[in-house]
Amino acid sequence: MHIAEGFLPPAHAVAWGVASAPFVVHGVRALTREVREHPESTLLLGASGAFTFVLSALKLPSVTGSCSHPTGTGLGAILFRPPIMAVLGTITLLFQALLLAHGGLTTLGANVFSMAIVGPWAGYAVYKLLRRYDVPLMVAVFFGAFFADLSTYCVTSVQLALAFPDPGSGFVGALGKFGTIFAVTQIPLAVSEGLLTVLVMRLLVQSSKGELTRLGVLLAKKQSVTETEVAAR
Amino acid sequence: MKKNTKINLLLLLAVVALAVLPLALGLGDHKKEPFTGADGEAETAITEIEPDYKPWFSPLYEPPSGEIESALFSLQAALGAGVLAYYFGLRRGRRQGERQARERDAEESTAERA
Repeated sequence: MHIAEGFLPPAHAVAWGVASAPFVVHGVRALTREVREHPESTLLLGASGAFTFVLSALKLPSVTGSCSHPTGTGLGAILFRPPIMAVLGTITLLFQALLLAHGGLTTLGANVFSMAIVGPWAGYAVYKLLRRYDVPLMVAVFFGAFFADLSTYCVTSVQLALAFPDPGSGFVGALGKFGTIFAVTQIPLAVSEGLLTVLVMRLLVQSSKGELTRLGVLLAKKQSVTETEVAAR
Repeated sequence: MKKNTKINLLLLLAVVALAVLPLALGLGDHKKEPFTGADGEAETAITEIEPDYKPWFSPLYEPPSGEIESALFSLQAALGAGVLAYYFGLRRGRRQGERQARERDAEESTAERA
């Protein structure tokens, strides 16, 4: 999915890097604070990063006759909020850029922006919105993960269309072209990612009730009203 | 089988179906090379839009063959799956340990009373 090494003009590469950097720096701060204040969450943080690692290594066939892979950023965004995913997503992208020649260092800024920033925030926003209207947890998790995945590839399409507008039809024409390649391919994969995220969340509900309650995913039984207020902020 | 396990298996089954259907229905048949990566297709689209565009930077390290590349991708998936399995195994073990400790305590207290 990622934009390949050297495939963004230098000005674009630098601009996306500059746009992404503050989010990643802020994410590193959020991550260190989380680990310092709640050392017990380190394990679940590791599991969230691991989920991204697995899913972004799974290249799956899609209805368009091409292959792409999910991102796995929705789960961590729902559990730990998006800033922390900016870090975990960047680590995954670095691994792929350095060892797999998948994505790249010059396009890292752009890829971080789509997969580690916009994806998690979009997924988190959808999840929060649905939860506010009392949509059941697993339905909200599904759509959160679905939109985290799909929005990532929509951003990738926009990034490429900005860099390579079609000579005839301009930005819109190029967006249509890249959108077909990335976003349409991604729709069934985003459904898969939603289902897998629901599966992992179900296992977490079975195994880690205490942790999920502290993170505000599950509500503490008696204080449900105050908890909702806290979660709504 | 417990209801929970059943739902989890159904979820997995749905994911497998979504992955297999495009292959089984031959949705890649209209292409010269079916089921290539979307990122590669984007590179082709870029060179169609701007034939003169040359990537100005190449990867520092490139896996020397498709085999090595797939090995590294599997390594990535295996690392992630390993950590996830460790997490859920640890949680399960802890819960079992706690339950056994509770049962032992209960037995001891009834034994003391007797």
